[in-house]
Amino acid sequence: MTATNAAPLLRVRGLRKTFGDHVVLDDLSLDVEAHRVVVLIGASGSGKSTLLRCVDLLEDVDDGVIELEGQDITDPRLDANAVRARIGMVFQSYNLFPHLRVLDNVTLAPRLVHRTPRPQAEAEAMAVLERVGLADKARSFPDELSGGQQQRVAIARALLGRPAVMLLDEVTSALDPELVGEVLDLLVELKSTGLTMVVATHEMGFAREVADEVCFLHAGRVHERGTAAQVLGDPQEERTREFLRRLHA
Amino acid sequence: MTTGAAAPVAWEPSEHQRARDAYRRSRARRSTAVAVVSTIALTAVAVLGLVSSPGWPRVKASFFDPEVARASLPAVLEGLWLNIRVMAVCAVVIVVVALGLALARTLRGPVFFPLRALATGYVDVFRGLPLILVLLLVGFGLPGLRLQGVPTSAVVLGGLALVLTYSAYVAEVFRAGIESVHPSQVAAARSLGLTRGQAMRHVVLPQAVRRVVPPLLNDLVALSKDSGLISILGAIDAVRAAQIETARYANFTPYVVAGVLFVLLTIPLTRFTDALARRSGWLGAQGALAGGGALR
Repeated sequence: MTATNAAPLLRVRGLRKTFGDHVVLDDLSLDVEAHRVVVLIGASGSGKSTLLRCVDLLEDVDDGVIELEGQDITDPRLDANAVRARIGMVFQSYNLFPHLRVLDNVTLAPRLVHRTPRPQAEAEAMAVLERVGLADKARSFPDELSGGQQQRVAIARALLGRPAVMLLDEVTSALDPELVGEVLDLLVELKSTGLTMVVATHEMGFAREVADEVCFLHAGRVHERGTAAQVLGDPQEERTREFLRRLHA
Repeated sequence: MTTGAAAPVAWEPSEHQRARDAYRRSRARRSTAVAVVSTIALTAVAVLGLVSSPGWPRVKASFFDPEVARASLPAVLEGLWLNIRVMAVCAVVIVVVALGLALARTLRGPVFFPLRALATGYVDVFRGLPLILVLLLVGFGLPGLRLQGVPTSAVVLGGLALVLTYSAYVAEVFRAGIESVHPSQVAAARSLGLTRGQAMRHVVLPQAVRRVVPPLLNDLVALSKDSGLISILGAIDAVRAAQIETARYANFTPYVVAGVLFVLLTIPLTRFTDALARRSGWLGAQGALAGGGALR
């Protein structure tokens, strides 16, 4: 890990999350420095999604600390809505609002959360939609778009809040194989703009291309971490090797 | 729907397909014939059974007298106009009250505990009470209090009873709609920084309301009939008017007239509900199959 003087943008320490008797995250720690892309890999149920949902305060943690820009966001006295507005989250199944047109999906949060006047919000939204290549779909409803297009709208929606960090939860897992590329290309482009991202994915080729760091999650912890070349090319842990073997089988 | 750049190639059905089509056409003709014959047979049996019953001439004279029907129609129609007005006003109030009840039940936080409990208790009580009891209790109980400002009009009290009962039912319809919206929609809204209330107002409710329009219209049909029950408080609606006309002519035909009018009132409502559901793809799995009923 590269040492920098600045504190990490996102810092997770001793995170624990259980659902009933099932311990999903167990004393998990993770640092994400600004402008870096951290890729989470691991088997289904290893806690990748739960970790991202905890960071976005969509789940209450059972123990541990999550710091965003030096502030403990798990503090219950904090306004969780304001914290969520600083974090961009993209879900596996897009979760666009089906009753709203693409443009309204993208402008809803700026208008309600940031009180941006509609004309300004729409101008900004069009700029972001332009960026994800979907300006011509602004008037469409989500179900008129392909899965890849919907996911790009979801990314645009998350981007418009100018998040400090983007959390991407298996954003290509629900897509047809031929549509995966357009979404991954967009993420590569976003990385080039210096956006900080935490990406849970099963796309190892993509992990190699964009990851500054790869974390292999197992049994609720970061079991192995390093550069993509280290973790994917020369894993040191038996569990990691087993996971990669099964993935390539 | 392919975007055909080239002109479509001329297509002649194969021998195989022509045989299949011919078979289907013969089956369709046979189905139509069977339907016609069975309908005629059933109608004949029903009519014969009715007409050949020993009391039929008496029943015909006292329930299906065209003269009495014509004479009583204006009075019954005027009563029906009251039903329609009561129904329209009540429907609006019911939707507002019911939505408030449903939303009260979704509130979180200790401050709202009384509201939540009140809404839950209200729905429990008024969904369990027979409408006719609510009508009697409200219609005769409220004026009995002799409070200042309490209305004494049978129409207003009857309408109030309808609102009390139907709001409980419709609140449950709304609640079912709210709960049918997938939690991932709320997660997406909250992840964007929307508050619980904003997520409800802008993301959950619009989807929920769209989903429950067919059952709501179904309740509206039921309301249009139950508006006739306000007659027991003395309001002169279609049912009461028919009762009066029945007494005047010593003949039951006005009841039949009122019944026919109610049916005529609800049929368009029902058809409208179906059409709306079909057009909006609200029929669910059946609609998605697009004629799935014809699957063999």
